[in-house]
Amino acid sequence: MKAKVKREVRRRERPDPKAPTFQQLIFDLQKFWSDRHCVLQQPYDVEVGAGTMHPETFLRVLGKEPYRVAYVQPSRRPADGRYGENPNRLYKHSQLQVILKPSPADVQDVYLDSLRAIGIDLKEHDIRFEEDNWESPTLGAWGIGWQVLLDGLEITQFTYFQQCGGVDLDPVSVELTYGLERIAAFLQGVDNVFDLRWSDDYTYGQIRLAEEQQFSVYSFERADPVATRKLFELAEKEAERLLGSYKGLNTEAKRRFPILPAYDLCLKCSHLFNLLDARGVISTTERAALIGRVRQLACRVAEYYLDQRTSLAASEAQPVKVLAREFA
Amino acid sequence: MKTSSNAADLLFEIGCEEIPAGMIARAASELQVILEKYLTSSNLLEGAPVEAFGAPRRLVAIAPAVRLRQPDLAREVTGPPKSVAYDAVGRPTRAAESFAAKQGLPLAKLYTVSTPRGDYLAAKQVVQGRPAMEVLAEVLPRAIAEIPWPRSMYWTGIDGPRFIRPIRWIVALLGGSAVQFQFAGIAPGKHSAGHRFLGASKIALRGAQDYEQKLRANFVLARPEERRKKIAREIQALTAKRDLRAHEDPALLDLVTYLNEYPSVILGNFDRGYLDLPQEILITVMRDHQKYFAVENREGRLAPHFLAVINLERDPKGLIGAGHERVLGARFADARFFWETDQKCRLADYLPKLAHVTYESRLGSYGDKVERMRKLAGWLATQWFDSGVLQAHAAEADRAAELAKCDLATEMVREFPELQGIVGGLYAKAQGELEEVAWAIYDHYRPASPEDAIPRNLTGCAVALADKLDSLAGCFAVGLVPSGSSDPFGLRRAALGVVRVILERKLPVSLSRGVAQAVATLVSYPPHLKLDKEDKRGAIEKLVLEFILDRARYILRERAGFAYDEVNAALAAGADDLVDAVRRLEALKLIRRTKNFEPLAISFKRIRKILEKAGPATVWRLPAVQPELFAEEAEKRLHAEAAIAARQSAELKRTGSYREALQVIAGLRPAVDQFFDDVMVMTEDEQVRKNRLTLLAELLAEFSTIADFAELAAGEI
Repeated sequence: MKAKVKREVRRRERPDPKAPTFQQLIFDLQKFWSDRHCVLQQPYDVEVGAGTMHPETFLRVLGKEPYRVAYVQPSRRPADGRYGENPNRLYKHSQLQVILKPSPADVQDVYLDSLRAIGIDLKEHDIRFEEDNWESPTLGAWGIGWQVLLDGLEITQFTYFQQCGGVDLDPVSVELTYGLERIAAFLQGVDNVFDLRWSDDYTYGQIRLAEEQQFSVYSFERADPVATRKLFELAEKEAERLLGSYKGLNTEAKRRFPILPAYDLCLKCSHLFNLLDARGVISTTERAALIGRVRQLACRVAEYYLDQRTSLAASEAQPVKVLAREFA
Repeated sequence: MKTSSNAADLLFEIGCEEIPAGMIARAASELQVILEKYLTSSNLLEGAPVEAFGAPRRLVAIAPAVRLRQPDLAREVTGPPKSVAYDAVGRPTRAAESFAAKQGLPLAKLYTVSTPRGDYLAAKQVVQGRPAMEVLAEVLPRAIAEIPWPRSMYWTGIDGPRFIRPIRWIVALLGGSAVQFQFAGIAPGKHSAGHRFLGASKIALRGAQDYEQKLRANFVLARPEERRKKIAREIQALTAKRDLRAHEDPALLDLVTYLNEYPSVILGNFDRGYLDLPQEILITVMRDHQKYFAVENREGRLAPHFLAVINLERDPKGLIGAGHERVLGARFADARFFWETDQKCRLADYLPKLAHVTYESRLGSYGDKVERMRKLAGWLATQWFDSGVLQAHAAEADRAAELAKCDLATEMVREFPELQGIVGGLYAKAQGELEEVAWAIYDHYRPASPEDAIPRNLTGCAVALADKLDSLAGCFAVGLVPSGSSDPFGLRRAALGVVRVILERKLPVSLSRGVAQAVATLVSYPPHLKLDKEDKRGAIEKLVLEFILDRARYILRERAGFAYDEVNAALAAGADDLVDAVRRLEALKLIRRTKNFEPLAISFKRIRKILEKAGPATVWRLPAVQPELFAEEAEKRLHAEAAIAARQSAELKRTGSYREALQVIAGLRPAVDQFFDDVMVMTEDEQVRKNRLTLLAELLAEFSTIADFAELAAGEI
């Protein structure tokens, strides 16, 4: 008898029409972090594989200045595309990325508060922090942390950054990366990401399915390996041309140096590499070599960015005091 | 003098963000050792030992009795000799005065002590014990910093302390009062924290006596045994009434014990349709990816349920169970997708793809490795077949080696790398390969751990040996020699595997020929590896052989329980055929306890020393013993008896009766004893001397083929 009652409860819970829509979830998280003194940024307009690659993370975690920022970053992973046919895997998924620099002492508690803020009752769900050290060989970045599991579902990557662009970080930033589709599916009680309610009027599938199909076709079948490789090499060469000129410059010229465009080119390389990889035209050995080439660009960008910041330091905006304090 | 018998309990808790589950037990035992070391060396520990344990958010150490103050220490300081300190009339000299001044004592307090070297001036100094609070304030932060971790982090800044995860609170109470120090900007206090969601975030403690109970009231079971028992109990309760049982998995039980501060078990279900998938895949998904226990019915077959351990008291609305069921369903759906997609083509169709998967840059691709494995496995199988004892088939070994690595290119193994080999075996079976071949593929990474079994059939043994010998030869050839804890290609495991497969399956493998074959095969695939020179190949062979024998010694000592000197003695007499070496070792172990053996072994040692002292054999060795040169009865007797014993023992050795052969040798003892009693080896007469040395040399060589007795430790015989 007992089992029957339980089952009914479950049926009533899912799917849950009162649960927040996909866009409401984004509003809620943005409001939460905005209230905690985060700058609300917009997605970066170059293809990236993860929110970490947004300059608001990759560059801002370098150097001493405190910073707090939150943004949604659509993240493209060509090899994960499934033509919109797999209920869980996507060519492009959305991450909500939060960077807190320096990392406050109560950051785990605040993170858990953010889950409460989007309607998760932590006494009724099993939340755990399981060891998972994040690493991005293309960015020369790594950190220590966990994946946060909600009833066995991975919903957030929680990382204390130790190194970025090959530079040891001081202070340490904490990065919270929420997997928005997964959290929304959990809240709405749907099994298929394309059934998510995006807004009151549209489903995720209505808005994104065609994109998933077309980019899967392109990544796996239509992207021309020769052309893609050429694009990679062009972007790489252009980045190298720019970066190669930095060292000899005088202070004034360094101030004006276009390091941010150089970073954009590095990002393009990273995306084109992912595309070649999905296309299945890279051998394991070449893979390691190409990753190494992108990493070299990323590390040089990080180095020159820091150098440029120190030479501009005095004139730049002073850190706002409130940023350094704990939440509690 | 004050002898402080006042002692109090020390409670030390390092409160931390979630520590990786696999590291907690080890860290707790390190903390125990470190703390005990400091408390002992500072003379603070009274009797009872320190104990330590841990949970995800804390490492805890308790010392039941710590002295509140170090005992005072009296120390005698010796000064100048009495003869220097006082003059002829007994007045103190400047030497005595300056010694007194240095000790801060009046001259009257000095006294003399007599030593073997004469009388000296001395002074008594009392070193005052310091309060434990003061000592602990120095020692505890050091103890935190000294706990070793596989990969630590910093969080307060690059010059800040390192630990496995950020430390957020510290409790350090001696008799209920907080020890005063700072670590990572944290001052220890009386407050611990309870369960993240069920307990209070601040719990005031009095000390060790109320620690566990207060934590339990806040939903933290501090001791791992308590958590483990709760999990086991709840698993039992959930399965027994349904006539089911959990798939036994001690490693998983250990993991979930350290993943939760207040573990509870829930039973979930999955779609019965997934039971069509091989159970290896289902169990891997449940265990490795979701940390669930698989559930079996009475016949030992998987049932459509799982057991999840949650970090809460219960799941009253079933929400957690429903969530876990949904996640597992999605994972199984993926696994089914891979199972079906991968098999749209046959296993052999993945072979060309292996040419693009690098094994090691200088050792070529997995395609190259497969070619080498085929050659080696076929060679091994032919050897065994030709020996006439084993029904090995070169064609099957070749086929299994050809397909062994194909699964590395499948989606399933890309998603579940821990299933390499197993997936290939399952696909081979599903696609109608011979059962012998399919199991050989399935098993060829075995044994993967000390607990793991060796491959179940002969073909599997051939492929497993081929794979491992190739890895060893290849990596040593390009200088990838394991050092310290770094062994990225798993060469230690490979060498252990070689030894275990040979020994447990009792395979007639000549190690030196096997290694030579593996090194020779390297030259052809890939062809660019420069190993053509004989001496280069010889050097690699030697390194690999020594590496394997090292593992063999380890296994025989640590796992088979043989004494180290017996192992050395048996292997020194020949280790090329490991199975034979172990037979000799067993015989040696038995015979060693008998009465004649010990004195005989000592005599053999003596013989070896005499021969070594006599200089190079070329100087004294005669082509053969010449009986006409014998001067003493005892040497004639030894020569005659040794000849008979040699014939007998050779016959016994041929049939593998090593114990009996050793008995025959042990029977030589009276003759040997008499020889050493009556005969002087290094006599004046050169020819007689040479003849005696030759007799001993022949004796030693003849009777050292089962074991080199000189390797036996004399005191232990």
